[in-house]
This record gives sequence, structure tokens and C-alpha cells, in this order.
Amino acid sequence: MIELETTEAGPSRRQFLQGTGAAVTATALTGFAASDTPAAELQPGGGGQVPAVGPGAAKITLNVNGRDVQTSVEPRVTLLDALRNYLDVTGCKRVCDRATCGACTVMLDGKVVYSCTMLAIEAQGKAIRTAESLYNDGKADAIPVAFARTDAQQCGFCTPGFVVAMKAVLEANPQATPAEVERGLQGNICRCGTYEQMRDAIYSLCNTKRV
Amino acid sequence: MKNFAYFRPTTPEQAVALLEARWGNTEMLAGGTDLLTLQKQYIAQPARVVSLNAIGGLKTIAVGERSASIGAGVTLATISSHADLRRLFPALTMAASEIGGPQIRNMGTLGGNLCQRNRCWYFRDEHSPCLLRGGNSCSAIEGENKYHAIFTQNHRCVIASPSTLATGLIALGASAEVLGPQNRRRNVELAKFYTAPVGPNDREHSLAANELVTSVTIPVRGLNSAAYEVRQRQASDWPIVQVAVAFSGGRNGEKATGVRIVLGQVSPTPLLSETAARALEGRPINEANATAAGRAAVEGAKPLGQNGYKIRLVEVAVKRALMLAAGLPRYWEA
Repeated sequence: MIELETTEAGPSRRQFLQGTGAAVTATALTGFAASDTPAAELQPGGGGQVPAVGPGAAKITLNVNGRDVQTSVEPRVTLLDALRNYLDVTGCKRVCDRATCGACTVMLDGKVVYSCTMLAIEAQGKAIRTAESLYNDGKADAIPVAFARTDAQQCGFCTPGFVVAMKAVLEANPQATPAEVERGLQGNICRCGTYEQMRDAIYSLCNTKRV
Repeated sequence: MKNFAYFRPTTPEQAVALLEARWGNTEMLAGGTDLLTLQKQYIAQPARVVSLNAIGGLKTIAVGERSASIGAGVTLATISSHADLRRLFPALTMAASEIGGPQIRNMGTLGGNLCQRNRCWYFRDEHSPCLLRGGNSCSAIEGENKYHAIFTQNHRCVIASPSTLATGLIALGASAEVLGPQNRRRNVELAKFYTAPVGPNDREHSLAANELVTSVTIPVRGLNSAAYEVRQRQASDWPIVQVAVAFSGGRNGEKATGVRIVLGQVSPTPLLSETAARALEGRPINEANATAAGRAAVEGAKPLGQNGYKIRLVEVAVKRALMLAAGLPRYWEA
């Protein structure tokens, strides 16, 4: 079954179904009432003092690249999908979608995470930084510049993830050695295999001559 | 991913009250690195997800003179870089620093690592028959089983235990603090925490579905310890075989006592090898004795069609883990 994503711009599947008078069908299909069910009724184990969010869309506020932005997502929407599909922040890429390849890497309070494997709702209250944060006032950060100079990308799809992962290492420790920077890239994969050129970029960023 | 209602309790008691007596309809979410992937594969399809990430009390580390306590919500990155834990419990911190890549270590938690689901590709493929998903047969026993268990006696499901922290913690004699309904607290030795699952209502551990691991307690006994992994890739993967060891003494010709040797990724649960420990008990750790312990560790192994190679890997991993813990030269890095 293809699941339509709810977006701010277009009508959602649920709105569409309700609009055509098919709310009863929607309930049967999804297993949830289309209207907002009181949280307590969803809690067989008790714990009534903790409110349920969803399964319908709920408003969330994310701090993305220094700016608070609001959107409305179902609890299952990942941070990656919220950024790309709801907030138009497309630097982070969706590749494996299984916490393996690293193309979706973003910083959360300065630490790299896989945005494909974190719920958007859980990223509230954290400072989220994507590759877009490395381009300010018409000027690119030293890391993307080094990538361009050393030709450290081919198709470029993995590059924003690598750049963010590298930024996190060098921000935490500006004196990091090339080996330490490389260790910080363990969670990223480049399918084109531009690792050697990335090594050139790393050495230039660490002001170390590569032998 | 099937949609769900999301709960964000702020105390362990609230979290436990939200759980159910049976697995499946409600899942706990910590780092999410296992659960979200299972949900995307439709292996886990909870209607309710209870986030543990707003529970501050799960994120503390307390190191005392007699024991250390690590909250279940502490991240793998924090464990691997914690100076006291590195000094006292190398078997734990060495393993933590090798898990996944930095993203996984920043997200993944101690509790999640201990309770993660197995990596069997038939289990994780919704279209393959699998005992743990209600099927009548195990696809791995006669199928593609090169990463599965080699200690398979009496096991109908031949998964390999995935947690690389469990082995070290068992070697160090750690126990889990567990909170259940009605504020019922119990303490379980990690050596007795794991059970081999056989059906859809089982997990890889002995927790009830409405119980929560709140912390892990490790006795401070001044043990020498280490963990060693045999890997196919240097990063972002599970090891093929992992071994953790701990003992008193054993260095500079001194006798090793209280030897604990735990094998990971070779049976449905982490395997505390009594034969290996017996081979070494009361002897100094040197290359010859470590080699003998490695041989003893694989006694009784009954590999499947494609994984006989793991036997040799276990022998070598036991030997190297012992040599690391004893501070002997790393001949394999020369």
C-alpha cells in the first residue's frame, strides 16, 4: 500500500477521505478513529496522566539552522522527512532510510545523528543543523570549500552527510588529527568511492601534509 | 511505517504504567536505531510508542567505591568516552566505542543495546517464514546461515546474540535494575537476563513486556577486562564474533582467578563459557594459556551449514581478548 505523506501544501489522505464522506472507511483502514480520540481511551495500561500525541498530525516546533519553525506531522514522521518534505530543508538526503549510509546526517546540539531514524517529534527543543548551515552570507564554510577544491565528490548525494559529520568533529576539536576526522566519518558511506579525495580534503583542513 | 500514538512520560513509573502485559501493541523508544528500522520493515507494528527520552533519571552515571551504576538511557558515546568507566571497565567501554558509527553511538542507549532485537535476515524480512514472527519453521537452519549461531544444541531458532555490551557486562558480573508494574523493582544478573526466544511472544531477554530496565550496576572489583571483535568491516556493522573477558590478577606471571569468558554472536544468548574459564582458572595469562582457553571455548560447538568458520574466529578472539586484558603485546597488529 502506498502511503501518502501529509503536507502543509496539499490535502492529506485523511482530509481527502473525510471530505468524500468516507470517514468510516478511514477508520476501518487505519485502525484508528479519524477524529481525535481522547488519549485516555488509548491507554490500556493506565498512565492516564501522560497525554497521547497522535496518531493524527500534531503541531511541532523545530529549531532548524538557528530558526524556530513550526509544522504539523504524525508521530511516525522522521526528522529527515519533516525537514525535507514539510520544511523544505533538503540538504539532508534520504538514501538507505535505515540508519546505515549517513546521507541524512544532521547535527543535534552539536552531535551527529541519522535524521532518518529519529522521530521529528523527538527532535523538538534541540538545535538542528543541516548542511545548509555551512553556507552563510554568500560564503561557504571551509569544509565544503575543501571538498570542492579536492574534487571530493562524484554524484554528490552523500556529500552533505559527510560535510556535516566532518563539521561536527572539527567543531568539537579544531585540533583533530586526520585520523580522528576519519573516525568521525565511520557512519557515512560514499557509493562512488571518493574516499581518497576526501582524505585530501581532510588533510588540507587539518593543515597536515599527506604523505 | 504503521502510524501510532506517541507518549512521552517523564518518570520511569509513568512509562511502565503505559506498557502492556503482552509484547507487540506497545513498544518502548529510546535511541530508536533498532525500533524505527523494525517499524519501517513492518516487523514491529506498535499502535503505541512510549518514548523514554524525557525521563531524566535514566541518563545518569554514578561511580562509587564498590559499584558503578549507569542509567539505561545513557548513550553509547557517553559510555565510550567516560574516563572512570574506561579505567574500571574496559570490556564495556572498548565494545561501546566500536558500535556502529558516531551517529549510532550518539543515538543508541545502554538499555536499547541490551534489549535490541536479533539481526537474523529472515526475522527482519517480513516475507520469510520465521518462528519469532509466528511461522512454523526457522528459515535459517537450512538456509543462508553464515552469520548465525554455532552453539545450536536444543535451539529451534538459531539467531546470534547481537549485543556487544552484554558480553562485557556479563564478564564483569553486572546486573540490571528492572522496574515493573505497581512499582515492583527487581535486580537481575545479566548472566541470567537473556533467554533464547522460540515464538512471537518471546524476546531475546527475560523482561516482561511491562518491565523497564532503568539502570545497570557493575561491581567495582579491580578486574582486568577486555573485549575483542572479529569484524568484516571496521565500522558501522555488528562483529561476526565478539568475546569479552574479565579476571583478577593474571598479569606478569600472576595466577588469574575468577575468570569469566563470554562469547557473543555465536548462540541465541551471550554464552558464558565455563569450559574456557576452567582451562584458565588459576593460571597466568600468556599466549599459550590464552590459546588453550580459546580451544576450550569452542568445545561442543555445533555449527550450521555455512558458519563452521566461526569456530576458528572464536578461538582467536578468546585468545586476543585475554591478551588485551592482561596487557600483553598485540602480536596481530605488528
